[in-house]
Amino acid sequence: MEFNAPAGENLFDRSKVVGKSTRRIDGPLKVSGRAPYAAERHDVAANQAYGWIVGAGIAKGRIRSMNLDEARKAPGVIAIVAATEHNAVGSSDWNIAPLFGGRDIAHYHQAIAVVVAETFEQARAAAGLIRTSYDSADGRFDLETAKEKSKVGTGFSGDKSESTLGDFDSAYGSAAATVDATYTTPDESHAMMEPMASIAAWEGDRLTVWTSNQMIAWGKKALASILKIDEDKVRVDSPYIGGGFGGKLFVRADAVMAALGAKAAGRPVKVVMQRPLMFNNATHRHATIQRVRLGADQDGRITAIAHECWSGNLDGESGEDGTLQTPKLYTGANRLTRSFVAELDLPEGNAMRAPGEAVGHLALEVAMDELAEKLGMDPVELRVLNDAKDTVPADPDTKISDRNLVRCLREGAERFGWSKRNPQAGGNRRGRWLTGMGCAAGYRAGPTEKSAARVRMDADGGFTVETDMTDIGTGSYTIIAQTAAETMGVPLERVNVELGDSAFPASSGSGGQWGAASSTAGVYAACVNLRRAIGEKLGFDADAATFEDGKANLNGESWEIADAGALSADGEMTYGDFKDGYDVGTYAGHFAEVKVDAFTGETHITRMLSVCDAGRILNPLSARSQVIGAMVMSAGATLMEDLHVDKRFGFFANHDLAGYEVPVHADIPHQECVFLDTLDPIISPMKAKGVGELGICGPGAAVANAIYNATGIRVRDYPLTLDKYLDRLPAIA
Amino acid sequence: MRSFTYERAASPADAARAVAATQGAKFIAGGTNLLDLMKLEIERPTHLVDVQDLGLDAIEETEEGGLRIGTLVSNTALSAHPKVRRDYAVLTRAIQAGASGQLRNKATTGGNMLQRTRCSYFYDTNMPCNKRKPGDGCAAIRGSSRQLGVIGTSDSCIATYPGDMAVAMRVLDAVVETVKPDGTARSIPSAEFHRLWGDTPHVETVLEPGEIITHVRLPAPLGGRHFYSKVRDRRSYAFALVSVAAVIQSDGTGQVAFGGVAPRPWRLPEADAQLRNGAAAVVRTAFADARPTEDNKFKIPLAERTLAGILAEAKG
Ligand SMILES: Cc1cc2nc3c(=O)[nH]c(=O)nc-3n(C[C@H](O)[C@H](O)[C@H](O)COP(=O)(O)OP(=O)(O)OC[C@H]3O[C@@H](n4cnc5c(N)ncnc54)[C@H](O)[C@@H]3O)c2cc1C
Ligand code: SF4
Repeated sequence: MEFNAPAGENLFDRSKVVGKSTRRIDGPLKVSGRAPYAAERHDVAANQAYGWIVGAGIAKGRIRSMNLDEARKAPGVIAIVAATEHNAVGSSDWNIAPLFGGRDIAHYHQAIAVVVAETFEQARAAAGLIRTSYDSADGRFDLETAKEKSKVGTGFSGDKSESTLGDFDSAYGSAAATVDATYTTPDESHAMMEPMASIAAWEGDRLTVWTSNQMIAWGKKALASILKIDEDKVRVDSPYIGGGFGGKLFVRADAVMAALGAKAAGRPVKVVMQRPLMFNNATHRHATIQRVRLGADQDGRITAIAHECWSGNLDGESGEDGTLQTPKLYTGANRLTRSFVAELDLPEGNAMRAPGEAVGHLALEVAMDELAEKLGMDPVELRVLNDAKDTVPADPDTKISDRNLVRCLREGAERFGWSKRNPQAGGNRRGRWLTGMGCAAGYRAGPTEKSAARVRMDADGGFTVETDMTDIGTGSYTIIAQTAAETMGVPLERVNVELGDSAFPASSGSGGQWGAASSTAGVYAACVNLRRAIGEKLGFDADAATFEDGKANLNGESWEIADAGALSADGEMTYGDFKDGYDVGTYAGHFAEVKVDAFTGETHITRMLSVCDAGRILNPLSARSQVIGAMVMSAGATLMEDLHVDKRFGFFANHDLAGYEVPVHADIPHQECVFLDTLDPIISPMKAKGVGELGICGPGAAVANAIYNATGIRVRDYPLTLDKYLDRLPAIA
Repeated sequence: MRSFTYERAASPADAARAVAATQGAKFIAGGTNLLDLMKLEIERPTHLVDVQDLGLDAIEETEEGGLRIGTLVSNTALSAHPKVRRDYAVLTRAIQAGASGQLRNKATTGGNMLQRTRCSYFYDTNMPCNKRKPGDGCAAIRGSSRQLGVIGTSDSCIATYPGDMAVAMRVLDAVVETVKPDGTARSIPSAEFHRLWGDTPHVETVLEPGEIITHVRLPAPLGGRHFYSKVRDRRSYAFALVSVAAVIQSDGTGQVAFGGVAPRPWRLPEADAQLRNGAAAVVRTAFADARPTEDNKFKIPLAERTLAGILAEAKG
């Protein structure tokens, strides 16, 4: 089915299931520990052995030798696959450094061996006996220095990451009020609860990998290409995923080393990437340096807007593009955005929740706060005044599909009690506490990807949806069941959902907040085909009929759909070119209140609110969970998350969950999330957009602005830890 | 983790003898620190002597009006004890500022005193570390040192004793009671218990090989108001950037110790004597010999501001 024109009124506009708050259908399995995550799939293959990954002890260079003798003799050891005895594996479209690279070391903790043993403990103990010596090479580990040699990077579409409009320099030069500020954001880790994990088993030349992966079709292709085997010989299965945040968009070393280990051991092998390896072996969000320049007239109308971003990566091409939201958010006739990428020899940077925008907002939305102050304007009013209307500010040929940012900001201000904010920064002190409020706007694209599914009806009228879509904790199971129940006109309980198996039709997968909109549209397409098959069988025009309570009704006639007997239909939703003329985005108004200890500088968030405009909300309950989780992550980015780069050894030094701090419950006392009742007919028949990344685009900037409002101190170097402003806090007696 | 042998001792002296008798043997109590380090092969004991059957899990009142805490008393039990809460509130507050509920249920008094540093490089066996491997060098000194020590450190090691409980113990002038392998007992003032690193950062306390902690003794209560302020980057489940334990009397005199800054809970009598002159005077005295790094020099003003917050509250 091709979606090739804006959606008109359809069954989802009269929905009974879709759009209603619905508890996760997989919830009982998860809370009772019966949902098997990758490492717990004891039943899928008999005789599983355990693999332990050995990570490189240097950042760059070559392995001189590996002494494996003692390890090979250690109790329980079945096989060792080591870099000195194995060629580098093949490459894929989804990673830069080889996931197992032979003697050449491209980054710290890159896999150099897997030890396979009868038990986990034996594999770990034997791995500790391997002695490796290296010839270290010099590497580039400092973004500030490497930045000098950076060049304009390429975006996800393969285009150069730059755009210009009008004449920025002269407009900026003649603006009545200007801001020119540079912000830095650190490298960040996904730090998801479930680390990478895979069980691999070979049957002859066929490989099955039970794993934890967001994008099954990509994973299958990547494994085939890395292991140099035929794609048809690979099966990937990932029904439950304990968080990914983009870190599991791609096959990583756990899957590859499990496959190599299983081949060498001649039996299935399970590999869980040990937590201390997760930070340097797996991917991370790249650090950025961002310069924002804003120029406005006396009334606050933006006349010039420039956003430049520098980041680094192994290939010097694919960086963190912090400018992504800037062409979209605010009007202004003279514009410049450019994202540069430098070559760095740190571990591989790649997508992390809202890649680009998540950190881009930490710069742009703080610069807007700075501009508001220069103009003596309320920060909400400044944003409202410069809101884009019908077309994309940096690309006037592209229409905006549906945008309600002003409503988000106004409604948020009203609900949050914004009018009580003291515009005088540092002006509110109660006892030892300095209090303040901040706001930010949020923009994140609302993309769709083609997505397929199969829907089967049993003889007794029960339904099963099969698609390789993944549920990374987001609630995919439930929205897919809701979509099928709505379209087939049956209660939710009649729908069973099977996900994550590459044997199923290929879906959009989960990433870039496209999963909810795309996968449900694909399920809808399959359901429409199943309705047609039922109509054909029972002799009615399914497209004209309404499906309700297990019956199809048309012109006063009624059919029990179960009478059609067991049937199955595949379907896929694809998207026509008409969408190219539109920018489909999601929007939010974010608000935060903080108190800062005037003595120690500790920041306590007291309240957060996000008002979101993301089209139809398929399941308000799980969508809320997505947004509040993202708000936490955004607060974490502002207040504490920080991979410490050791610029001598070239690695992230704080590579465990004690050293890499993410927020705890006590950091987040009160959150609210409100969804506007909007519909976007351009995105898909569901008129629904994703929210999982919108929620991390802006809340952190609202927190940063609240800290400024509380203290009168502007820190532009994230995270905003107290050591960076202690000396500027009020003097103590 | 390397394989090891294991036994349970029946008396403190037996336990001490068992550890002294085997090269590379260690005691294990709650295991919350030791087992983590063994998994990472930072600790590689050949033999473990479990002390959990020693019956040292009571809190008794002493003749001098204080408390005698068995080494196996859990952090949870100690912090919740009514007398501790009433008379040694700084200890309750310090313990509860540490780790998590689950860990405190398992962590013991002696084990807590002996928890090892949290330096990132100590935790990464690819990195040079004098504490892990004497003579290896120290990766932290010119590396990532924001969490590390500013005073009492050396050219060999700039790590800290990271814990909270011991900072309160130090302010209360607790005494560590031990039994040596030959059966003799001794009492070690908390001021002397942790060593400064010097050029042997792998030797962290004055305990002799095989010497076992049996009790920690608290002198009679000090009265006054008790404070424990722990400053960190998140509100729970993180080690201190700086912590301050203080007991302040109504006349403004008192005791103060700093955590997260040195190889031991940092307290100087001459700094205590400055309490009535304010936080700046105390910190100037206590940190006169500080040698911070660029990354962690903020700890000194932070210590001052944290103490100032306490003194303001004590007055108010
Ligand atoms: C995630 C995490 C967070 C933490 N956060 C904090 C925190 O915020 N603040 C804080 O203060 N602590 C914190 N801790 C540390 C925790 O307090 C210690 O792990 C705990 O107190 C150790 O006690 P244990 O009984 O488990 O010791 P074990 O691990 O059993 O032993 C520790 C050491 O003491 C020795 N030992 C034990 N008993 C005796 C004895 N009777 N005589 C001689 N030697 C003995 C052992 O040989 C070993 O070397 C944290 C720990 C973890 C894992
Ligand atoms: S500071 Fe101490 S613990 Fe850390 S690396 Fe140096 S010697 Fe090791």
